[in-house]
Amino acid sequence: MTATVPTGPRALPPLGPHRKLKLPRQAERTLGNGLTVIAVRRSAVPLVELRLWMPFGRAHLARGAMLAQTLLSGTETMSSVQLAAELQKVGGGLSAGIDPDRLMLSGASLVTGLDRMLELLAEVLTGASYPTGEVTTERDRLVDRIQVAQSQPAHLARTALLKRIYGRHPYAVQTPEPEQVRAVRPGALRSLHAQRVHPADAVLVLVGDVQPERALDAAEKALSGWNGAGHTADLPPAPPLEPGPLLLVDRPGSVQSSLRVALPAVPRTHPDHAALQLANLVFGGYFSSRWVENIREDKGYTYGPHSLVEHSVAGSVLVAAAEVATEVTGPALLETTYELGRLAALPPKPDELEQARRYALGTLQLGMATQAGLASLTSAYAGNGLRLEFLAEHAARLAKATVDDVAEAAARYLAPARAVTVVLGDAERVAPALAALTPVEVQPVKA
Amino acid sequence: MPTRRARIPVTKYPAERFTLDNGLRVVLTPDRSAPVIGVAVVYDVGIRSEPEGRTGFAHLFEHLMFQGSENLEKLAHFRHVQGAGGTFNGSTHLDYTDYFETLPSNALERALFLEADRMRGPRLTEENLRNQVDVVKEEIRVNVLNRPYGGFPWLTLPPVMFDTFPNAHDGYGSFVDLESATVADAADFFRRYYASGNAVLAVSGDIDVAEATELIGRHFGDVPARPAPERPDFTEPDLTVERRTAYTDKLAPLPAVASAWRVPDPVVDFAGYLPFVVLAEVLTDGDASRLVERLVLRDRTVTSVGGYLGFMGDPFDVRDPTALLLQAHLPPGGDVDKVLRTVDEELDRLATDGLTDGELGRTQARMATHLLRDTDPVLTRALRMAVLEQQRGEPGLLNELPRLVGEVTEEQVRAAAATLRAERRASVEVIPGGAR
Repeated sequence: MTATVPTGPRALPPLGPHRKLKLPRQAERTLGNGLTVIAVRRSAVPLVELRLWMPFGRAHLARGAMLAQTLLSGTETMSSVQLAAELQKVGGGLSAGIDPDRLMLSGASLVTGLDRMLELLAEVLTGASYPTGEVTTERDRLVDRIQVAQSQPAHLARTALLKRIYGRHPYAVQTPEPEQVRAVRPGALRSLHAQRVHPADAVLVLVGDVQPERALDAAEKALSGWNGAGHTADLPPAPPLEPGPLLLVDRPGSVQSSLRVALPAVPRTHPDHAALQLANLVFGGYFSSRWVENIREDKGYTYGPHSLVEHSVAGSVLVAAAEVATEVTGPALLETTYELGRLAALPPKPDELEQARRYALGTLQLGMATQAGLASLTSAYAGNGLRLEFLAEHAARLAKATVDDVAEAAARYLAPARAVTVVLGDAERVAPALAALTPVEVQPVKA
Repeated sequence: MPTRRARIPVTKYPAERFTLDNGLRVVLTPDRSAPVIGVAVVYDVGIRSEPEGRTGFAHLFEHLMFQGSENLEKLAHFRHVQGAGGTFNGSTHLDYTDYFETLPSNALERALFLEADRMRGPRLTEENLRNQVDVVKEEIRVNVLNRPYGGFPWLTLPPVMFDTFPNAHDGYGSFVDLESATVADAADFFRRYYASGNAVLAVSGDIDVAEATELIGRHFGDVPARPAPERPDFTEPDLTVERRTAYTDKLAPLPAVASAWRVPDPVVDFAGYLPFVVLAEVLTDGDASRLVERLVLRDRTVTSVGGYLGFMGDPFDVRDPTALLLQAHLPPGGDVDKVLRTVDEELDRLATDGLTDGELGRTQARMATHLLRDTDPVLTRALRMAVLEQQRGEPGLLNELPRLVGEVTEEQVRAAAATLRAERRASVEVIPGGAR
């Protein structure tokens, strides 16, 4: 191999021409029972990804959590072990998860196993039986898992933040207490399943090495017998953020403080969304942001600070999160407020905006480049009433947002005066420094 | 009648290999199905090679490789990758350290430039070193010190199983050692291990092989040639007497236990090693696996159980000595002895009675899905191929793994299970000290 040897400093090579976003081949069908099925082709590996989104707003918290925990625990004709073994035979697996918006069944299998995986999915949806023995086992497991979660600082900080943001909204409490879980009986799970696990308003997404029309046929064949006219429940809109004193949750002995700052945000379709996303990137939404460069790369206060616009069905919120050393908790808050205030008060520099814009556009391409990524994106969009075509629209909005647009969005959404701040940490050690910066209200870790 | 087995599909990722005059090995694996690329540089140095008194140094040094280089100021690397629409990271393993980006394919030359620049030499300054020692300490606090089960079992089991410093020590490092690190240490570490002859570059995704080859020559061709250092012998004898320790985790609310058994050399005796990879899945993959069915669903003596190869869960990118690990979390007041006895009983039953009809085939089908899914992102393809090239000179092995896993026989799995005897086992138990 020969090489040219440049002299002096070497220049950064320019980027090649930007490739336009190209959407994959897809097809969509609404079945007679109301189920929407979206199939997307991406053939890189001989697999298929499955996501089934079922709206589950306002479900009883502990029963919902237990339903997700036991949905795959057996049907009238199959035990949990048989179900798992049958799925394995086609290289498949399914898992269930829940949040205040939806119940989600996710999985993947060899593409040759798609029909069988769909059959087993239908078996679970129409025949989950919540056997008493399995429910008892899973109840104990869930209680243990909640206990472990409640010993994790990230979970505790999240719990406190949600409560502080959402007040009496269903989003305020997302993890049931162990005693609530212990009170759930199999009968309640069967009733909840009958009421809420039905195809109307549900969306099934299949992504992989499939012909989209053929995948829709397979889904229709397997799932058209899934019925049940239960009710849906609309979530009330999330309440606006109400700024107030910093909430300091006392976790004695913490060697780090978990800093969480919530700010207002808008849904994906809002005209301000693209500009807000760019403003968030400039602030703290990626590594090359002001906040990360400041509190990590300059000051060494923290390892992985990040800031993200979180979208839920009933509203969106921007959350900035960092785990910072106990002794620099006050200074870390100071720098955070400074960086928010600086962006809210002064426009970003044009090159900062261009860098953020290229990141936003590039990572759209990266997110679409795997089956799993594409499946999760398609499902998240569909659960919020959007289709993949929205990606192109969003890309166009990102491409044309100006410095003024971003400055305006920053002033509107990133102003520190609008922030709701929660810190979880050793109150005795961090309260004085925090109180020097802002009014502080202290509460014990288990309020 | 035996159950019909799912046919295991194969991938046909190409693997173009060549070596530059300076000794840098290169693997190219084009795939033009999406306009994205993965770029990975893997250096043959990891946690096992760090000097005594410098625990955590390999990882700290990984951080320093992002702090500027010959033509790049601090922060420039991050900005150039992300400003091209890409993402980056690095990670430190027992036997290697990787640096990688995934980007839109129009940034290929830029990514090559960035990697070549730091291969010529990072900017090692006192200021950057102190800053990154602080960052690494926060990383350790997040992942180990401020959370329950921190470092369990990847940091807490090796010192039970192994006796020599390279294999037994804490790879994240002690704060004392991290704080003692100097710029001279870093310069020495770079000189010794970050040699062109000790590295592999892999590029995957939307590339033209001829063009990529030309660009690689242009950017890496004049990286000074330095040979790979001799790799020390890290072997240790197998255990002949059971080892077991326990420690109190003051944040943990529930007990937990992890056990490890040595396995055949993954590189030298790959055929002997593969049955253990399959065995771990037979034991723990999902509700239909041996230990989940027995311990979680039937006996209810554990709330979860997992099994895998390698302390960092890295079955195909680790060298000898390594292990098969099982780890379980127990309910309140759970009995660790009873759990270990039941594991022994199940291993014995597997070794004696063999597998049930279809049990092996379905496990292998599921493993194929996991292996294929792992290589769907172009970046993991580049990373895996780079390490396979480095440790085996065989990047194309990536295509063979689902099939090779599928060819492991029942007899081999039984024989593997038969070797996991109590006297060869090292275990570590977490005693809950949580207030709850």
